Amino acid sequence: MTMAAMNDAMTSAPGKGRKLGRDLAGLAAILALAVLGYFLFPNNLALLTRITAIALLVLSLDLVTGYCGVATLGHAALFGSGAYAAGIAAVHFGITDPLLMLACGILGGSLAGLVCGVVILRAHGLPQLVLSIALIHLFHEFANKASSWTGGSDGLAGIAPDPLLGHFEFDLWGRTAYVFGIVLLAVVFTILRLIVRSPFGMLCRGIKEDPIRIRAMGASPKLALMKMYVISGAVAGTGGALNAISTQVVGLDSLSFTLSAESLVMLVLGGTGSLFGALTGTIVFMFFEDLVSAANPFHWLTMVGALLIAVVLFAPKGLYGTVAGLVSRWWGTFR
Amino acid sequence: MQTVFSIAVDALAYGMVLFVISIGLSVTMGLMRVVNLAHGAFAMIGGYIASYAARDLGLGFGFAVLFAVFGTIAIAVPIERLLYRRIYGAPELTQVLMTIGITFCIIGIANYVFGPTLKTVPLPAALQGSVDLGFRSIATHRIFAILCGLSVAVALWYLIEKTAFGVKLRAAVDNAAMAAALGVRTEIVYAVSFAVAVGLAALGGVVGAELLPVEPYYALRYMVTFLVVVSVGGAGSIPGALVACLLLGGIDTAGRYLMPEFGEFFFYLAVIAIVCVFPRGLAGRTR
Repeated sequence: MTMAAMNDAMTSAPGKGRKLGRDLAGLAAILALAVLGYFLFPNNLALLTRITAIALLVLSLDLVTGYCGVATLGHAALFGSGAYAAGIAAVHFGITDPLLMLACGILGGSLAGLVCGVVILRAHGLPQLVLSIALIHLFHEFANKASSWTGGSDGLAGIAPDPLLGHFEFDLWGRTAYVFGIVLLAVVFTILRLIVRSPFGMLCRGIKEDPIRIRAMGASPKLALMKMYVISGAVAGTGGALNAISTQVVGLDSLSFTLSAESLVMLVLGGTGSLFGALTGTIVFMFFEDLVSAANPFHWLTMVGALLIAVVLFAPKGLYGTVAGLVSRWWGTFR
Repeated sequence: MQTVFSIAVDALAYGMVLFVISIGLSVTMGLMRVVNLAHGAFAMIGGYIASYAARDLGLGFGFAVLFAVFGTIAIAVPIERLLYRRIYGAPELTQVLMTIGITFCIIGIANYVFGPTLKTVPLPAALQGSVDLGFRSIATHRIFAILCGLSVAVALWYLIEKTAFGVKLRAAVDNAAMAAALGVRTEIVYAVSFAVAVGLAALGGVVGAELLPVEPYYALRYMVTFLVVVSVGGAGSIPGALVACLLLGGIDTAGRYLMPEFGEFFFYLAVIAIVCVFPRGLAGRTR
C-alpha cells in the first residue's frame, strides 16, 4: 500500500458516506443544470451539446494534468481522433448506429491516448509541453493530408446516425443529441469519480507529488501514467464521438492546437485536480465566449485574455477551488 | 545545385530570424523559469510599430527599427512589473495560463487598432533588389537578416561572457538565491534581461517581417515555433539556440521547398525525434 493510498484509507473510513453524498450531489447538480439548460435555452441546444462534448474533453485533460501532473497543450489529439474514428466508421464503413459509433470513438481515442502517452511521457516540464504541441500539429497535418479518409480541410461530412436505440431520431432541434450527451456525461462522471478515488487514482496523485518515492515503493510510475492516458483517451474519444454524432460533421478544428489550448484554459479556469473544477471551467468559459463573441466579436479575445489574467491574479486555485475554499471557511466559522 | 543553394540561403536567413526572436525567450526562460507564451506577441508589437513608423509617419527604416525596439520595451516593461513579477516561481500551468491571457489581449488589441490585414514594413532601397555573387544572386534582405542574426549572436556572447553584467546574469541563472545572497541585485538583472529579450524580439519581428508576415494572429501562429526552438536548443544556452534555429530552419525550409504539400509535418516530426533523444535540449545542462 502506498502512503497516499493509506492516507486515503484513513480519511475515507469515517467519511465514506459523505463522499458518496458528494458524488450524488454532483450527479444531481449535473442533471439539474441540464434540465435548467433545456428549459432556458430551448433554441440553443446545439451549444449546450457542444459544451457537453467539450466538458468530456476537459474532464479527460483533468485526468492527466490535474491528477497526474502531465503538462500538455495537445490534448485535442485524443478528442479529434475519437471524432474522426466515429465519423470514418459512419461514412466509410456504414456503421451508423450511434452506440457503435460511440464505441469506435472510444476505441479511437484510447489508441490516440496510447500513442500520445508513449511520446509525451518521455520528457518532463517544457520539453513535455513542446512534445505535446508537436504531436497535435502532426495529428492535424496527418488528418489534413489523408483527405480521402478525413475530407481534409473541407471536413468529414455526410455522417447520418441512425435513431438512438432504434426509437429516438436525431431531430433538427438537437433534443435527442442533447439528452444523449447529458446521459453520457453523467455516466462518465460517475465512472471517473470511482476511478480517481480508487487505489489506482491515489497512486496517480502520488506520482504527481513525488515520482521517485513512488518508484522506491515498488510501483511503476510510467505504467500507471500510461494507463491513465489510455483512460483519458477513452473519455476524450467519447466527447469526440458525441460531437461527431450531434453535429454530423467532423472538421479539422477538432484536431487543432487552439482547441487544445482552450481546453487547458478551461481546466485551469475551473481548477485542476477536481472533476467539479473541470466542469465549472468548461461551462463558464463556453458561456462567456458565446456571450462576449455575440456582444462584441471584435473584442472577445481581449476579454477572454483579461478573464484569464484576472483568474491567475485573484483566483489562483481556479473558480471552483476558490469558491470551495471560501465555502468551507464560511462553514467553519458558522459551526 | 540551384535549388540546394537557394534552400541553403533561405534556411540560413529564416534560422537567423528565428534566432534573433527566440534567443530572448531562451535567456528569460533559463533565467526566470517562466514559460513565456507571450514572447511572440512582443515580436508582433515590434513589427506593428515599425510598420506604423515607416508607412504612416514616413520615418526611415533605421529609425523605424529603433522606434520599434524601444517602443516595444516601453510597452513590455510595465507588463513585466505588473503581471510577470507575480508568476515567477509559480507552477508551469499558471504561467501558461497567464501568458496565454496576455497574448490573447495583445492579439485582440492589435486587431482593433491595426485591423486584421497584413502589415508590411517597407524596405529601404539599399535592402531591396539582390546582390550578384557571380554564379548566383541573393536577395539583399536575406543577407541583411543573416548579418543581423550573426551580430546579435556575437553581441550577446560578448555581453554574457565578457562583461560584469554577464557574470551577474550567469550567476543568477545558475543559482538565483545564492547570487542574491552574494549581493547581486537579481531584480535588476531580471528586469534588464527581460527588456533586452523583448527588444531582441521586436528587432526580430521587424527584420523577419518579410519571412513571418505581421498580422494579428502572428503571436499565436509563431509562438509555438519559438517555444519549440528554445526547447530543442536548451533553455538559457546561446550556442544551443543557434544550432537549433539553423537545424529547424533548415528542416522547415527544405520541407517547404521539396514537399510543400506536407506543410509542417517534417518539422514537427523532427522536433519529436530531437526532444525524445535530447530531453534537455541540444545544449541543455543537467540540473
